[in-house]
Amino acid sequence: MASDPRSAAIDAFARRHRYHGLEAVPWLIAVAGYFALPGYLPLGAQIFATILFVLSADLVLGYAGIVTLGQAAFFGTGAYTAGILAANGWGEPLSGLLAASAVAAVVGFLSGLIILRTSGLALLMQTLVVATTLYEAANKAGRWTGGDDGLSGMEVWPIFGLFRFDMFGRVAYFYCLVVLFVGWLVARQLVHSPFGRSLTGARENTARMHAIGAPVAFRRLIVYTISAALAGASGALIAQTTSFVGLTSLSLERSGNALIMLIIGGVGRLYGAFIGVPLFMIAQDRFSEVDPVYWYFWLGLLMVAVVVFARGGVLGLFERFWR
Amino acid sequence: MSGKSSQRRLSVVATALFSALALMPAQAQTVKIGIINSYSGFVAQAADEMQKGIDLYVKLHEKDLPAGVKVELIKRDDTSNPEVGKRLAQELITRDKVQALMGVILSPVAAAVAPLTAEAKVPLVLTNAAGVQLTRLSPYIVRTSFTLWQECDPIGKWAAEQGWKTAYTEVSDFIPGHDSEGAFIKGFTDGGGKIIDSVRFPMQNPDFVPFVQRVKDAKPDVALLWVPAQTQATAMMNAVRDLGLREAGIHIVSAQDLLPDEELPKMGDTPLGLITAGNYSTAARRPANQAFLAAWAKEYGDQSIPDFFSVDGWDGMAALFDLIKETKGNFTADQAMEFLSHWKNPDSPRGPIEIDPNTRDIVQNIYIREVKKIDGKLANIEIATIPMVKDPWKELNPPK
Amino acid sequence: MIEAIVSIGFHGLAFAMVLYLISVGLSVTMGLMGFVNLAHGVFAMLGGYVVARLMNRYGVPFALALPAAAIASGLFSIPLERVLYRRFYGGEELDQVLLTMGLIFMSVAGATYVWGPLTQHMEPPAWLSGEVDLGFRSFPAYRSFLIVCGAVLVTGLWLGLERTRFGAQIRAAVDNLRMAQSVGINTSRLFMLTFALGSGLAGLGGALGADLLAISPSYAMQYLVYFIIVVAVGGLGSIRGPFVAALLIGVADTGFKYLLPGLGAFFIYALTMVLLLWRPQGLFGRA
Repeated sequence: MASDPRSAAIDAFARRHRYHGLEAVPWLIAVAGYFALPGYLPLGAQIFATILFVLSADLVLGYAGIVTLGQAAFFGTGAYTAGILAANGWGEPLSGLLAASAVAAVVGFLSGLIILRTSGLALLMQTLVVATTLYEAANKAGRWTGGDDGLSGMEVWPIFGLFRFDMFGRVAYFYCLVVLFVGWLVARQLVHSPFGRSLTGARENTARMHAIGAPVAFRRLIVYTISAALAGASGALIAQTTSFVGLTSLSLERSGNALIMLIIGGVGRLYGAFIGVPLFMIAQDRFSEVDPVYWYFWLGLLMVAVVVFARGGVLGLFERFWR
Repeated sequence: MSGKSSQRRLSVVATALFSALALMPAQAQTVKIGIINSYSGFVAQAADEMQKGIDLYVKLHEKDLPAGVKVELIKRDDTSNPEVGKRLAQELITRDKVQALMGVILSPVAAAVAPLTAEAKVPLVLTNAAGVQLTRLSPYIVRTSFTLWQECDPIGKWAAEQGWKTAYTEVSDFIPGHDSEGAFIKGFTDGGGKIIDSVRFPMQNPDFVPFVQRVKDAKPDVALLWVPAQTQATAMMNAVRDLGLREAGIHIVSAQDLLPDEELPKMGDTPLGLITAGNYSTAARRPANQAFLAAWAKEYGDQSIPDFFSVDGWDGMAALFDLIKETKGNFTADQAMEFLSHWKNPDSPRGPIEIDPNTRDIVQNIYIREVKKIDGKLANIEIATIPMVKDPWKELNPPK
Repeated sequence: MIEAIVSIGFHGLAFAMVLYLISVGLSVTMGLMGFVNLAHGVFAMLGGYVVARLMNRYGVPFALALPAAAIASGLFSIPLERVLYRRFYGGEELDQVLLTMGLIFMSVAGATYVWGPLTQHMEPPAWLSGEVDLGFRSFPAYRSFLIVCGAVLVTGLWLGLERTRFGAQIRAAVDNLRMAQSVGINTSRLFMLTFALGSGLAGLGGALGADLLAISPSYAMQYLVYFIIVVAVGGLGSIRGPFVAALLIGVADTGFKYLLPGLGAFFIYALTMVLLLWRPQGLFGRA
């Protein structure tokens, strides 16, 4: 068997897409969590939904290199789609989830078509403009969205007619977990496929990609759309498990928080979301009311520290120590 | 043993047992109350004022609780997000097993939590969220704060009574603004006035000059200007000053949000003469308020100023305390709602208040206040009182 | 009607001046150092706090407090630049965005801790209050002052950029950094000084504009969108660009809000999107 370094590297690269034993760990922890921490199921469900959201941000940010402050636009679109359906007679959760994802994907595709031709600061601005415009539109369309008061009166039917969303968050927990799993599979496949590889190429050396004839712009648009679909799904999850949609689903703060959680976990490593989201959400849950002023300070300091010292986030630190 | 004597023995034993139980000291009972507040986020200032009011009440009245009964407050931060608020309510109910929930600054958070109170049968005492529909979302909700209809309808009527014939309304384009606008228009037109125009301006807005210019162009007798408190209120006042709205002879009215008591000292002389409608002003002379202010200063220092958030929280806690005292800490949700729906407090720092059993919403005096300079400092001085106002929106929109 | 238009135009112009003063520094440093500094508003905020506190707390006269605010912001920026920003020049945009977002959070907490959560009160000095009578109508004195200041500073900056050696060095470095270095320009020192200048200007803008853009702990977050729009629309690395953009945003936005207040929220975003689609590098940016 060839054992020189070059063949070893080629072998490793070829095998990267195969499932590694370690990858089962987060899912096992999640399932165990259901039994070990029955009082924390609602938190768990929201963590899973948020991981999906941040995962979608990782696809555009970490893999396609599109710096966006408007990811919440798709989250909110998905949330309101699921919400409006459930508030107007169609409370079936799975079809609502798919509809939400689809509508968000359309919004992603159309907005991407318009704005992805720019880059850098202009692109950043455009993502902000899209998200803010949707926010203001949702506020104005009070008849459908409830405006600033939010969309209540959602009647979400039990899944398959059997599993009702209960007060303890049991059904929500598994619902969000399963949807996250599916979303993760999609993301993982995407990233390890030749398509995904070409994205990394496009991010790191656009000129060369153009030179080898790879359709960079089109692929970026596809990723943007898929990411929007996943973000829309995560919005629907939150909407359906809380039976409520607020304007905060579209807020700049939501987009910003996703970036923060992603960078803490590690950008462009697929699992950054799985680490950053629980860390951030649990810390916020425990510490934000203790001293809200300090919470913002330490959060800011942490962000600065991560960017300066730990540029790959937690996962980056692991990688360094692993070697 | 014959039947009769065994029966008698049994009844002796039973009586003995019952007497022993009755004479035993009451079991220590801790009543857990979950407070959902927006400690971090844009309304942190309001949340802080509200929490201080709640804490002050507990501190002063802990000794009034029945023997062996304690109150434990569990505070959670909803970070101004409705889904977080909903989750916190779930956790407080299922994990911490609270007997009641209170607080909530933002109406969307309250709306998200509402269905849970009905499903789990846990009472919720709203101490700020002012959305008119909130108390209808669940039979287990009671409110001790206010609604904007409650404030702006009276000031509309009052404005018409001053002989002002025409009005122009400008409000922030979100639901609290819409409520202020609708209520003022109703009150003013009921009083015979005419509305020239109604404008809604964007929620986030640094400079109010274009909107205030419109008011100036239209030359109404009175203008309703409603913005949420903090930076927007300052910006609005600056535009009013720069364009010389008052010099042009236009009276300005608003709800108490425009000039919260703790901001007033920092606004310079611009707000002098402004008229607002509200449920509480620190300048009120009634003895209950003097005692409240003294206790506040003692606890939080001279530099700290309470406002209507604080008093609304204070009264919410008072309601729960009265409930606990009445039931010795043992109550079902239905018993709690029965009590709270009929709760009265004739001696709140804001005057007499009570809950309307039909709507479970607050009934209180609404004061028309004018900003005047007393001892070199600006204060909201009460110049008129509209007694025991029920929420007009609910009266006009009975449930279907 | 004419009266209203004149009034709107005037106030919009004053607003534009404030936006310009604050944003011009951002445009130059972004064009020069390739650094997306979302935390630029922090320097403006600092200037606002300094002037407010000096005047309210210590009774310092306005004419002294103003330059003090500018100098304070400029000085404050130097250690930040040396220690933090320098590492990321020309680097990954995401890093810059996150770093400066973190700084914004720290500024919110810091300002709340030092000065409390409430808005700072800014009363213009007596000699600038009231109105200025120009014959055909009178204008609020303070806003007139803002416009005059803005005009003076634009001219000063332009002259500085075009006529001084320092300005020439900046222009050279923005055009072609490598080339500038190879002809011996100490770009590291240039960056530091330019950054300090830009931040000082922001501090001045924040101080002057404290009446318009209220000074509170969340200043940097609240007005971020405006500064970024001015810079993005104007074009990076130029001082004319942000001027034109600020005029557009300030005057047109004000005008639009006057005519169609209900849709006021959408205008500035629609305008930005259209302009950036037409010229992604900004009106005066380099392609």
